[in-house]
Amino acid sequence: MECMIARPSKGSAGKTGLWRTFKPIYDENKCNNCLLCWLYCPENAIDVVDGKISIDYDYCKGCGVCAKICAKKAIEMVREDEL
Amino acid sequence: MVVVKIKDLPKEKFLLPGNTSCQGCPHALGLKSLGMALGDDVVLVVPAGCTTIIAGSKDKSSFKFPCLHVPFASAPAVATGLGSAFRRLGKKGIPVVWMGDGGSDIGFATLSGACVRKDDMIVIVSDNEAYMNTGIQTSGTTFWKARTTTSPTGKREEKKDLALIMLMHKADYVATASVGYLQDFIGKLRKASEIDGFRFIHLHSPCPPGWGFDSSETVEMARLAVKCGAWILWEFDGKFRISPMSKPYADKSKRAPLTEYLKKQRRFRHLSDEDIAEIERRIDEQWRVVLALEDVF
Amino acid sequence: MKKVLTGNYAVAEAVKMARTEFIAAYPITPQTTIVERLAEMVEKGELNADFVRVESEHSALAAVYGASAGGLRAFTATSSHGLLYMYEMCWWVANSRLPVVMALVTRTIGPPWNIHTDHTDLLTLRDSGWILAMSENAQEAFDLTLIGFKVAEQIDLPFAVGLDGFQVSHTAEVVDVPEQSEVDEFLPERRRNKPFVIEPRNPITVGGLTTNECTMILRREMNRDMEKVGDLVKNAGYVRDYDLVERYRLDDAEYVVIMMGAWCGDAKDAIDVLRDEGVQIGMLRLRFVRPFPAEEIAKLDCKKILVVERDCSVGKGGIIATEVKSVANSPVQSVMAGLGGVDVGVDDFVSMFRRFVKGELGEWWL
Repeated sequence: MECMIARPSKGSAGKTGLWRTFKPIYDENKCNNCLLCWLYCPENAIDVVDGKISIDYDYCKGCGVCAKICAKKAIEMVREDEL
Repeated sequence: MVVVKIKDLPKEKFLLPGNTSCQGCPHALGLKSLGMALGDDVVLVVPAGCTTIIAGSKDKSSFKFPCLHVPFASAPAVATGLGSAFRRLGKKGIPVVWMGDGGSDIGFATLSGACVRKDDMIVIVSDNEAYMNTGIQTSGTTFWKARTTTSPTGKREEKKDLALIMLMHKADYVATASVGYLQDFIGKLRKASEIDGFRFIHLHSPCPPGWGFDSSETVEMARLAVKCGAWILWEFDGKFRISPMSKPYADKSKRAPLTEYLKKQRRFRHLSDEDIAEIERRIDEQWRVVLALEDVF
Repeated sequence: MKKVLTGNYAVAEAVKMARTEFIAAYPITPQTTIVERLAEMVEKGELNADFVRVESEHSALAAVYGASAGGLRAFTATSSHGLLYMYEMCWWVANSRLPVVMALVTRTIGPPWNIHTDHTDLLTLRDSGWILAMSENAQEAFDLTLIGFKVAEQIDLPFAVGLDGFQVSHTAEVVDVPEQSEVDEFLPERRRNKPFVIEPRNPITVGGLTTNECTMILRREMNRDMEKVGDLVKNAGYVRDYDLVERYRLDDAEYVVIMMGAWCGDAKDAIDVLRDEGVQIGMLRLRFVRPFPAEEIAKLDCKKILVVERDCSVGKGGIIATEVKSVANSPVQSVMAGLGGVDVGVDDFVSMFRRFVKGELGEWWL
């Protein structure tokens, strides 16, 4: 029955960054480190590194919640094909 | 009320990135908050639903919680058994049932039984107001007039008010919460964890594909529901209180226009002005009940 | 020690002596007195178990599932409609390889409402992955319950102990009850992490989406392990020896009757009557349906076999007969009798067996 048991793994659905149409681009200069984007990222793909945010593009699905919640407009959603 | 500051929240992830949740998924927001709130005390019991999928596949789990998948109608009863095992074997942990509105329809008797017995668990119904995992069919908690694939011209019945039902069911702790206000939700989870017995949280979870709005707007939609008064945040821990996020909207004049909430969703596009007026009337009625409960409890 | 117990009280006594830790059940006639007695034992402090008064049979087995997944020795009991209501959970428990024990007090499935015994309810579990035993009397119901825990925990398959409604469940008999120390030696504490354990800070996920092959692997492993159950029963090391079947006056039998359950007692009396008349007839009584005692049946070297059963697979007839035919090396005749609890006594069996020997027996006995 070992095949019925799963263990914690990042990327259980693979590199979900491939799902992305829009990519969140983060502008550190506009950021006030409120961490709302970190709290509200549904994918848990935003990390806080040394008090600053860092987006894990391997898994970020590009939903855009972070850009919407950011009061400082420090995250902009840009089409992947325009990058 | 437990006040939660963002900077104090733990950084450890209990919902791991790269799972199968849709873009902008409200369940994912709820599940990650559960990890932030209660960490490794959580043992998840998950009946059939979107979260069955989100949990991972093959040998990969997207949870750092232990998680037992169970049949649709069984979850609170399974949690009863698990809770007994933890207690008898001296293990510190909380069985947490994480189900959708589907689980709370088909498993309503199970929910009721566990509540009546005051069995030790936290039940979270992450309510996206339809059976989304099977493709947006009407549930007991689908909003009046909302279109689903089984009510293509709009649901004819009222939304089942689960949290009030559980309140009248004498659950030890009952709260409503919203993925638009995660600190409030985390605070309520922590409060619930400090109380013994049967604890119930009804989490409002706007679903981008199910309701028909852009994946970036999940949080905004959840907040609009609160701001227009359609979703009222409250808490009962022996005393009934309207939560601070909802408090201002007891005053109808402070509420956001209802149309702002409804018109953003594909499921409500067909509503007439009369329909909207009727929804407004029903929201007023809900407020009357909730405000009265603040006096009663 | 000898005690006078009904079949249901015998089961409850065995559950107590097994030091069962978790019990959840919902009342249904004729199972009810098992859980009433267990509730009483828990309240009196004779049994240190959690007893959960669930709101349905579905929840009874769901709660037992959770407790067993958490590492506890867990038990439930039901009948007929209760079994059907928990049916989904039965499969979930089996595929999860949890060593749950359930007493199934057999009762007819309605409509019409009927509280009397037949074996159709038990046989709905046939394909699920449960070990299925059927007792003849209170002693066996007691013994098989204890053996059930032992074998289930050895092989990680759930174990159902069948006993006929009223005929065994509510009939008081003398039961030879072993000493608690003997039971403790026979049945040590459950290995709590087998086949897995759900506990805080052990982040495994069990039962979620996986490969299609996993289902095939799982069912193949279950089927393989079920085949080991016969030996586990024979070598259980219990105070009395048990086997998948009981052989009654079989050695020189030209005619063999295959049956299971309480009415086998009357059928044995009828066999004695025919033996007195010089007919070489005997019985192979099925104590287990799963695993199916195929080898024992295949070995029968006789003129013909009669399968008498209280069930009917509509469209195919006797369920046991169909299975017996698939392995027997002698001609097999099927008769369906006693469905809905219709009484079949010694005189009926005498008449039935005489007609069988003469080749004058039809498929239905009514």
